[in-house]
Amino acid sequence: MDAMSRRAKKERRNRILGDVYAILVYAVLYIPIAVMMAFSFNNQRYNYYWNGFTTQWYGKLLNNSALLSSLWYSLFIAILSTVISVAIGTIGALGLKKYEFRGKKAINNMLYIPIIVPEIVMAVALLVIFMNVGLSLGLGSILIGHCTFCIPYAVVTIKGRISGDSNTLEEASMDLGANRVQTFFRVTLPNIFPGVMSAAFLSFTLSFDDVVMSNMLAGARQSTLPVLILSMNKSGITPDVNALTTIMILVIVAAMILNNIIQGALKKKRANY
Amino acid sequence: MSTYTAPKKKNLLPKIAMAGPVSVWMILFVTIPMLYVIFISFMSRGVFGDVVYEFSTESYSTILDPTYFQVILKSLKAAGLTTVLCLLIGYPFAYIIARKPKDVAAKMITLLMIPFWTNSLMRLNSWLLLFQTSGPVNNFLVNTGIVDKPISFIYTDELVLIGLITNMLPFAVLPMYSTIEKLEKSMLEASADLGANPRTTFCRITLPITFPGIFSAIILTFIPSLGIYTVTDMLGGGKVLFIGNIIKNQFGSIRNWPLGAALSVLLIVVTMLLIFIYTRFAKIEDMEVV
Amino acid sequence: MNNPIITLEGVEKKFGNNHVVKHMNLEIAEGEFLTLLGPSGCGKTTTLRMIAGFEEATSGIIKVEGERIEDKEPFQRNVNTVFQNYALFPHMTVFQNVAYGLTIKKVPKKEIEERVMEMLRMVQLEGYEKRKPDALSGGQKQRVAIARALVNRPKVLLLDEPLGALDLKLRKQMQIELKRLQKKLGITFIYVTHDQEEALTMSDRIAIMRDGRIEQMASPKEIYEHPATRFVAGFIGESNIFDGKVVEAKDGCLTVETDAGCLLVQGEDFSVGEEMHVSIRSEYLEVSSSPVAGFTLQGTVKDFIYQGSVVKTAVDLPNGQEVKYSRFEQDQTVSPGEKVYVFWRPEKAVAIKKTEQEAVE
Repeated sequence: MDAMSRRAKKERRNRILGDVYAILVYAVLYIPIAVMMAFSFNNQRYNYYWNGFTTQWYGKLLNNSALLSSLWYSLFIAILSTVISVAIGTIGALGLKKYEFRGKKAINNMLYIPIIVPEIVMAVALLVIFMNVGLSLGLGSILIGHCTFCIPYAVVTIKGRISGDSNTLEEASMDLGANRVQTFFRVTLPNIFPGVMSAAFLSFTLSFDDVVMSNMLAGARQSTLPVLILSMNKSGITPDVNALTTIMILVIVAAMILNNIIQGALKKKRANY
Repeated sequence: MSTYTAPKKKNLLPKIAMAGPVSVWMILFVTIPMLYVIFISFMSRGVFGDVVYEFSTESYSTILDPTYFQVILKSLKAAGLTTVLCLLIGYPFAYIIARKPKDVAAKMITLLMIPFWTNSLMRLNSWLLLFQTSGPVNNFLVNTGIVDKPISFIYTDELVLIGLITNMLPFAVLPMYSTIEKLEKSMLEASADLGANPRTTFCRITLPITFPGIFSAIILTFIPSLGIYTVTDMLGGGKVLFIGNIIKNQFGSIRNWPLGAALSVLLIVVTMLLIFIYTRFAKIEDMEVV
Repeated sequence: MNNPIITLEGVEKKFGNNHVVKHMNLEIAEGEFLTLLGPSGCGKTTTLRMIAGFEEATSGIIKVEGERIEDKEPFQRNVNTVFQNYALFPHMTVFQNVAYGLTIKKVPKKEIEERVMEMLRMVQLEGYEKRKPDALSGGQKQRVAIARALVNRPKVLLLDEPLGALDLKLRKQMQIELKRLQKKLGITFIYVTHDQEEALTMSDRIAIMRDGRIEQMASPKEIYEHPATRFVAGFIGESNIFDGKVVEAKDGCLTVETDAGCLLVQGEDFSVGEEMHVSIRSEYLEVSSSPVAGFTLQGTVKDFIYQGSVVKTAVDLPNGQEVKYSRFEQDQTVSPGEKVYVFWRPEKAVAIKKTEQEAVE
């Protein structure tokens, strides 16, 4: 090691220190997930203490109709919110990037309100308006609530992906005889598609994990999964919920790995030319 | 010579079709509700918790009542502490990631986001499971003889703080990471070349240039921490109350809408104040929110 | 002009208070290679974009083959554009890019294939049809952009600084290729550039623009040898320009008095007392150690500027003006600090009238 200069040694030491620090931070972030997974195998009706290993909760999960119906309800809402938010967000991002009009700056600033203002404030604001116009709480009110914070995220994400030369590309397309609709589907959309996909992913996650808006705007009939979990908290969250959440994490991670493999394969294919 | 004036009508349709929906949505479901909340905060409370449309500043004087004011102070303190700790933990972390090769950095960011994609309530619940009376931590402490009987960790301010920090950390790291990542290495080299030691370079170059990212991180941790009620609900066990809990209760069991609205207005004012400061030195569009 | 393919009549363009194109009149003949040349911000690109349909003229008439097109959308006009940064669709292959216009027009698949391949052959890009634009060099991207436009057989091809992003050597090669292609296909080219050498090399006619107006429109030779305005004289080539007043006019030879001294120039239609400009190219400027009849320009040799093919000598005149003359070798007869007399053969200099525009300024 005497070939190493003092500077190189110092750099190496700093790098190792940095890596150790990063691992510590990750550990703190991943401990809750590990604990959550571990307790899905707890042989106990309530997770008050560890009582031996079992996989029974993964089976019993299917009998918990309240849990499953809230899961389907959450999925349904998340999918609908994603579709609505991404549709409005995509054309909105393009419109706000492309056109100038009075009040555009105000709209642009307004987009940051649902992103930054505490969610409870947005939820309360929507609640008082819905009550005032007599809209009954339920699927509709939750959807509006979720879209209200998903749309801004979608617009911001997609706007970031619209490249500087997108206007020129659209001009080139029209120059070659394509009308606005053809241009949108053949040139504009394919070029912002990665942005649209991340907006969809983000909207889905935000909607699916939302507690505050759903709790405030849900009717009495059906609660979403997070709202159910929040209400279970008082009596203790049962291990079958841990089991369900564990499955969901595995699905997400598997989807990500699959996505990575597909992307990698596509890249390789392109590089082969 | 005939002069020709171009018709302006044909260009209006694509504009309305594209910018229209998002604008209408924002006005209907953001602007109007927010204004309505402000309006309600100046109304009176009826006997049955309904809103009576009579002007009153009663809600605002109630806020100053010690019971509520204590909660506000406590929330501000907790949010402030969360923010400071997130910055202190997050900045070096963001710096380490930003200095890695691009592909490694991308993987590290994904790794940072995965917890964020799992149910936040379940993650909070894990801290309870870990620290509860007969949980693994207490078992370890008792079995190894470090303590005689289990320590009561749960339903304390400290556990709420841990929950807040782990919940907010990614939102602090991301904006700081993206500004540090954009910091060009040549600038640091130039500073060193001009005779500055690493410490001076950090204080005079790195910190000022990455400041917009730091301030974004402050906004994105402080404001949500101030309004959040799930962490206190999950980890505070009803003993620890923040502004968010109070607001929620006014629209739930307690039913005092004007008071809830006034507390919401308080949060709006704090938010606007921070945003206003932010726009003094950076554009809101450049704020990295995701 | 008998049958102009493009006509602009009194075309104006304003962006708010910014008057970018001012009452532009232009006629372009079929098969012509016309270049709009000028510094950035002179309105040349805006003029092109109005013909393409990306910008609407604030007022005025634009005709293609005698038919007014101001009302038509870009996709309804039979003109195609080669964009400054190519604007190739990044998500399509070279083939798909070139085929785009024909696909939109629903041309039969077989015909598309034939025409695209023929076009790719013409721009020497056979074998590249499956590549994505990312995997092409600058010059190749340029060829794709040209092929993508030409495959539609437009009446007019509009080119917006198409070679601007290429390095010097490739640019020169592409200039010649483009000119040959244009001659072969007989398509009208309207070419926008700020590079005067490019304009001189390729064009049939050049329109020199400044502040939204055409200063002079003529053949490259005419523009180079007889600049019509002081601006054109300064913009094209490297000239020394003197501002002065005619003090004597005899047999087509003018004596002009300037701040720096008197000089001679050939010129008709000038009267004594008229203010005007004199332009002399650096290759024609001469110096001598003794006075030359008619010239009283005296200066001090400042330094030599080596430029590869020529070496320039800078001479300071007493009024602060600097003049330059170029030789193939460094001028050994003088050295810095030396006093010299500046002169030229009067027929080599150009006498330029003062324009109304300048009078306003």
